[in-house]
Amino acid sequence: MEIWYSLCRLLPAEMLRWDFMRNALLATILMAFLFGLTSTMIVTGRMSFFSDALGHSAFTGIAIGCICGVSAPVWIAVIFALVFAVLFSYVRSKSNQTADTLIGVFSSTAVALGIFIATLNGSSFTKFNKYLIGDILSVTPGEIGALALAFVAVAIFWVIFSNRLTLSAIHPELASSRGFSPALSQGLFTAVIAVVVTLAISWVGLLILNSLLILPAASARNVAKNLRQYHLFSVLFALVAGVGGLIISYYVGASAGAAISLVLAGIFVISFFLRKVRC
Amino acid sequence: MNIGTHGGACGHSCCLRVQDLTVKIGADTILENINLHAHCGEMIALIGPNGAGKSTLLKTILGQQAYEGIISFSVPGSRNRKPKIGYVPQSPAFDPGDSVTVADLFACCMSKRPAFLGQSKTLREKISVCLERVHSENLIDKRVGTLSGGELQRVLLALALEPLPNILILDEPLSGVDVEGMETLMDMLDEIRKTYDLSILMITHDFSMLSRYADQVILLNKQLICQGTPGEVLDSEDFRRVFHRKGGNL
Repeated sequence: MEIWYSLCRLLPAEMLRWDFMRNALLATILMAFLFGLTSTMIVTGRMSFFSDALGHSAFTGIAIGCICGVSAPVWIAVIFALVFAVLFSYVRSKSNQTADTLIGVFSSTAVALGIFIATLNGSSFTKFNKYLIGDILSVTPGEIGALALAFVAVAIFWVIFSNRLTLSAIHPELASSRGFSPALSQGLFTAVIAVVVTLAISWVGLLILNSLLILPAASARNVAKNLRQYHLFSVLFALVAGVGGLIISYYVGASAGAAISLVLAGIFVISFFLRKVRC
Repeated sequence: MNIGTHGGACGHSCCLRVQDLTVKIGADTILENINLHAHCGEMIALIGPNGAGKSTLLKTILGQQAYEGIISFSVPGSRNRKPKIGYVPQSPAFDPGDSVTVADLFACCMSKRPAFLGQSKTLREKISVCLERVHSENLIDKRVGTLSGGELQRVLLALALEPLPNILILDEPLSGVDVEGMETLMDMLDEIRKTYDLSILMITHDFSMLSRYADQVILLNKQLICQGTPGEVLDSEDFRRVFHRKGGNL
């Protein structure tokens, strides 16, 4: 962290005088890479609602962790999100209901369970507000370490699995015929989303988390001419919005997560008008 | 269930043989007691009404469906080598918004290097060679979602030919292709089977192409109803009964 702090001191930015802002900036950059990458596959695989539902399940996991007195409820949330994803996949494979209906069922049930547990025995919901709105300024060096580990793990996962994930997302039958198992790669990717969503929920907030998972790739898709540009633009947009949103929030005194989402929305609007540059 | 090699009574150096094949999904019998035999260089057309089990038969041969019976292959050069099967899936609908180009699609299938990092010069040259086989090298940088039906079928055909298979399986390759595109595609398949001496097994609903291109036609309706040359099958009473046709007017 000292190296990072020294680097920050070299920058002529007034907001980087504060340690919490330096932490927030590093966390934002790491999250931008994580969200930028995972976003590409969520959008290509039409998993937008699913990732939203995973966010809701993560909240429930945190509520369970808190009620059980666990010191780090985020890890309970990761486990709960994984159980949620496995259950969802099982029910989807056995049911004739459409995926969006089942996502609605799971998502609303998870939120209801989360609120029920959080308010059990007349407890106040206030302490859970930070999971709804998020606060990137509260991120600690230890949490940044966890983010960095997640970043390395996701990068390795991406190098190994991105080809088969892409093929499974755009044409599952073709993927099967080439010997790729869509079930395996989708299952592992679901676990990746669960970890990313859960790690980020305290800093970004459940209410706007999904915008960070969808908007970078949705904007990149408007202008990218190939897979390379798609990934590049998605990460770049997440990075620009992350840093830009953090700066805006510092100077106007608003929520950083919301500012980042709004910058991303602005990028989407610009990319929408530029979409004809694609061949 | 048994997949293996066979010498059998067949005098050809390579062939696919299906014996007493039955496929059940749950309580439903999808295919019953199917027997067929395909040689290298032969084009075999599978025809039948909707729900006849044609796609299931292809998936079974591809190894994606459990079955009872025997599917055996004989491959030139070795009796123990599993045959390579090239597969062109049915109605390959790609999202027009996807950022995946033809080169990306090939890279995902052919290379361990992540496709999102772009293609090396060697890989790109290899992809060009694959596309040249179907006269489509100009499509390499087009996004798959923007290809016409005929272009897409040619690209998927090129993909199925890499690595070069012993058997090429196509599930309704002519659907979504205009009349001109159909002739181009069938001429190309004809050229490919002669050049590479591979068996082609394809499902089609377009009977007008059969007489010109197919060596064998198999009429399927859960069971093998009839099998023979295009003339024999299309003029048969079975064909008229299954497709409710009064005469041989195709």
